[in-house]
Amino acid sequence: MKAIFVIAIIILIFIVIFQIARTSEFISTLRGEEKTRKQSNKINAYLLLAFMILGLVAAWYCNKILYPKTLLHIESASEEGKHIDLLLWINIILTGIVFIITHILLFWFAYKYREQDNKKAYYFPHDSRLELLWTTVPAVVLTVLIVFGLKFWFKITGDPPKNALVVEITGKQFAWEVRYPGKDGVLGKKNFKLFNQPAGNNLGVDFEDPESWDDIHVAEMHLPVGRPVKLVINSMDVVHDVGLAAFRMKMDAVPGIPTTMWFTPIHTTEEMRKMTGNPNYLYEISCDQMCGNGHFSMRGIIVVESEADYNAWLAKQTPEYYSLFPDKNPNNKPAVVAPATDSSKTSTPIAAVLPAKP
Amino acid sequence: MSSVVTAPDTTGHVHDAHHDHAHQESFITKYIFSQDHKMISKQFLITGIIWAMIGGLFSVLFRIQLGFPNETFPFLEDILGHWAKGGKISPEFYYALVTMHGTILVFFVLTAGLSGTFSNFLIPLQVGARDMASPMLNMLSYWFFFAASVVMISSLFLQTGPAAGGWTVYPPLSALGDASPGSRMGMDLWLGGMALFIVSSLLGGLNYITTILNMRTKGMSMTRLPLTVWAMLFTAVLGVLTFPVLFSGVLLLLFDRNLGTSFYLSDIVIAGKILPNEGGSAILFQHLFWFLGHPEVYIIILPVMGVVSEILSIYSRKPIFGYLAMVGSLFAICILACLVWAHHMFVTGLNPFVGSIFVLLTLLIAVPSAIKTFNWLTTIWRGNIRFTPASLFAIGFVSMFISGGLTGIFLGNSAIDIHLHDTYFGIAHFHLVMGVAAFFGMFAGVYHWFPKMYGRYMNNTLGYIHFWFTLVGAYCIFWPMHYEGFAGMPRRYYDYQNWESFKMFGGLNEFISIVAIITYAAQLLFVINFFYSIWKGRRVKDTNPWKANTLEWTTPIKPGHGNWVGEIPEVHRWPYDYSKDGHDFIPQTTPIGKDESSH
Repeated sequence: MKAIFVIAIIILIFIVIFQIARTSEFISTLRGEEKTRKQSNKINAYLLLAFMILGLVAAWYCNKILYPKTLLHIESASEEGKHIDLLLWINIILTGIVFIITHILLFWFAYKYREQDNKKAYYFPHDSRLELLWTTVPAVVLTVLIVFGLKFWFKITGDPPKNALVVEITGKQFAWEVRYPGKDGVLGKKNFKLFNQPAGNNLGVDFEDPESWDDIHVAEMHLPVGRPVKLVINSMDVVHDVGLAAFRMKMDAVPGIPTTMWFTPIHTTEEMRKMTGNPNYLYEISCDQMCGNGHFSMRGIIVVESEADYNAWLAKQTPEYYSLFPDKNPNNKPAVVAPATDSSKTSTPIAAVLPAKP
Repeated sequence: MSSVVTAPDTTGHVHDAHHDHAHQESFITKYIFSQDHKMISKQFLITGIIWAMIGGLFSVLFRIQLGFPNETFPFLEDILGHWAKGGKISPEFYYALVTMHGTILVFFVLTAGLSGTFSNFLIPLQVGARDMASPMLNMLSYWFFFAASVVMISSLFLQTGPAAGGWTVYPPLSALGDASPGSRMGMDLWLGGMALFIVSSLLGGLNYITTILNMRTKGMSMTRLPLTVWAMLFTAVLGVLTFPVLFSGVLLLLFDRNLGTSFYLSDIVIAGKILPNEGGSAILFQHLFWFLGHPEVYIIILPVMGVVSEILSIYSRKPIFGYLAMVGSLFAICILACLVWAHHMFVTGLNPFVGSIFVLLTLLIAVPSAIKTFNWLTTIWRGNIRFTPASLFAIGFVSMFISGGLTGIFLGNSAIDIHLHDTYFGIAHFHLVMGVAAFFGMFAGVYHWFPKMYGRYMNNTLGYIHFWFTLVGAYCIFWPMHYEGFAGMPRRYYDYQNWESFKMFGGLNEFISIVAIITYAAQLLFVINFFYSIWKGRRVKDTNPWKANTLEWTTPIKPGHGNWVGEIPEVHRWPYDYSKDGHDFIPQTTPIGKDESSH
């Protein structure tokens, strides 16, 4: 009943608008088309001017409300991300100036040069100097942007520092899996054909390879603050993307083609909570490449903590090899089946979207 | 009957066959299997409008989910059945909507609906030809498009739904039925539909190029062509060069899906099953896709640039500023368009050096774009501007093109793209610069050439209301999205509420959704106006209602098949002699006076 009512009202509104429009056409025929045309010309010219002024005010107001929500006022949480922020600001300022100037010109010209009886348009087909001007000025500005951009691009995509921590992250529908290389600093070999869910080998790790024996497999990434980290990125199924908005980093996870990305976290999760004023703040890994129905829920978490906390956390983790084959564990301790159990330090709620380890 | 219209002699002998010809035409040959370029153009336009309503409606539906993720709307279940159980759109359907919205608007509306309409309508009329070089291929072009439409529409009615992997259909998601329900039959129909679509586009494009190069009337040198025709020439060239590459990409994907090949597949475990494919590259598809996909956005925007150049000049009563620079910048854009595709792939693990080349080439496009923008501004400077819905939409186009174009400078710079890639910043960018801007140009064109198409005017008041709602609405929808992008908010999410980093934009999403619904409703005013005016609009009494110089206004008010009753007129000057030497306008057919300098 309510739906019918709503539909009736909407149809009514359309009919009213339509009738007004039709009537205005009759009136214009009665009053003389030329006169009506001149009047509507004037109204539209003023409206264009009003749109420009109100539009610029609205843009300012929009900025006032939304800018704090973007968290751009808090510096990037990674050292390398600061370059991106700087470049972003250079772009915002330069394009902002161009945007305002061109829009003022566009709407001011439209208003100023509206049709008037006593005026004639000026025959002005070309002017080489003007055209040269707006070929060279954009070209120079763009050169500056390209130089800055490429300088930062090569820095960010260049080789990571030697002391970088290596962590592997693998995307699959719809979760992230994290693997640490363990004491030897080398990740054990993988082969997707070794994937065996019932046996708990979800990443296809080659356990014949001794380098895999100390590798740690967890669902939540922990990183020490201030130390560069190199992520080795894989996918088990479709194309995913490791999106780290707070660090200003992003890299696709492509099945069969491992990719890498490195950055240096400079703020711990706790510090970010203070800076954002949000006690629940978390570094989140968002999947930024459409990967299926659960794409929007493919959420991972990174905990950035002090070196000491990180080492303490790491020491508590049991290598996956020993979890899967407890009899091989020289310490002969009872195996910990679920690796990512230590959340006492960070009080991080483990997201419901993360899969339970088998 | 094709012999009647394939007499494209520019020598100018009397061609009046269409008089008696009109009597021979049956309903079917006149309205359905017509070979008249004007009728084919109307077929493209009306099919495009229907597609635009469907594609727009899809965006309204997914905006309902984005704006009101916690509410249920029982009427949705009444309409959509199991796609919206309990009045809430399911994720599967949400992704199907997003995918089909993109596919429909990019290809079916803004490529076929736009080029199909204006290239078909304007090329013969403005170059002075009786019809296209091959009216038969032209008719086939529409019917291949129609077949593509039927295939694409039918995918909406599958149990597993239409394609749902995004309009870019990246494999392996699109290659494996187990990866997404939309990648089952829906994806095969998507690929089949696109293959037919590409055939249609090529038939059209070859025809446009041939007609422009070979069938210009006497005196119509290339430098006397209106900018609309130049723009359509470059558009057609781009399409002919790049659509076949997409075709190869589509074909290989069909093989991977149905014949067990591994072009795009390697190292995959899906739904607990280890696939045998090895050695393929998912990135290969992205190269093939974007080799068309990027020129595609210029295939959308170039014709509109031509239309807007023409309209701004006519309604300002001034020549277009810098004609040669306008043609040159179209040419530069056309070349660069083919050399920048990998800027969509900066974060795929692309070699950083290759990336840097693409940064350079991408940002170069800003130069011809800036030339065009400033030339448009100079065109209206010191003009005597008449505000009709057509000229208002043309001015709106320039505004949208600037707003959306400037953000392209952010995204083309690979370092910034790392942060902004696949966020709402990208959505805001391309919707403004090629979505809204292209629609504005298309509206401008329809309002302007409607009298030539149907011999009647569209209602001005409705046009004004339509313009103001659309202008304000488009900015309210897309401007705030830049901020969501700055925060890194990813595209194509069904729900943001579980994300600590993005959930603060819930209120904004609701606002955007409400504005989107209102703006969509405002488009219905255009549709009503369009169809009402075809039959009931005010009649055109003057052959040249806008006092324009180009050749289409030298034809009868409702030209028959063959366009001109007598000889095809001879052209003596460029089409932009407005306000020259005290004359308001001087049509192209007027010989140059003794003391007059040609522009």
